[in-house]
Amino acid sequence: MASSIRVRATSNGETTEVQALIQHPMDSGFVKDAKGEIIPPHFIQQLTFEHDGKPIFLANWGGGVSKDPYVKFAFKGGKKGDDLKISWVDNKGATDSTTAKIQ
Amino acid sequence: MSITTNEFAETRRMVLKGAGVAALIGLGVVSFDARPALAAANDAYPKEAFKQKNEADAIKLLYGKTAEPSDKVKMDAPEIAENGAVVPISATTTLSDVTSITFLVSENPIALIASYRIPDGTLPSVSNRIKMAKTSNVIVIVEAGGKLYSATKEVKVTVGGCGG
Repeated sequence: MASSIRVRATSNGETTEVQALIQHPMDSGFVKDAKGEIIPPHFIQQLTFEHDGKPIFLANWGGGVSKDPYVKFAFKGGKKGDDLKISWVDNKGATDSTTAKIQ
Repeated sequence: MSITTNEFAETRRMVLKGAGVAALIGLGVVSFDARPALAAANDAYPKEAFKQKNEADAIKLLYGKTAEPSDKVKMDAPEIAENGAVVPISATTTLSDVTSITFLVSENPIALIASYRIPDGTLPSVSNRIKMAKTSNVIVIVEAGGKLYSATKEVKVTVGGCGG
């Protein structure tokens, strides 16, 4: 199965800019479906980025983050060809992870 | 307590926690399940903070202190969001020793949207996309050198989308 995570990490020699797009419904638990029934909460709670065995970015999310969430940040020290490990866990305990190369 | 709702009980508990937490820690009699001061320091998901309707309660639970407005916290947000389901917001700061950046929306059913931990070596700048139920203040909190700094901006929402 294709990963739910798409990552682009580009280094300019000094800093590495990371952009991630994740496929996830991010249901807040406050929205009703067409039948008027509440759609139960289903959202990513934690998203972590690791480089060289160290966490470089940690997101704690609630149901207020948009569907198919996007996040962008930058860190110092990454080199072209380095691995970046990304993983998430949602409120139902589902997880996914992927590894991306810095370009 | 039997005639009050759970909601009220919870709010009251938060208020008590906020007021007494410093003193209680000093006395070593803290017995709550949620420990505000520690919540941001480790990697545990701040579950209770993500249940609060009010941004002040969420900030208190997350950090155990309050923020002061600072022009060193910059927020990039639209004046008007046509689609409340997807509102692009980014935050950056010139403050040093930043350890976390948090986004809140006052008028959402749950005020806390996202809280990012910024380890040493990661730049204090984050972009994300959030949901807004209606026109509201968006608040960015930057934790730097153990203190909290904030920026607030009103974003007008023409079509609400808390959940999209």
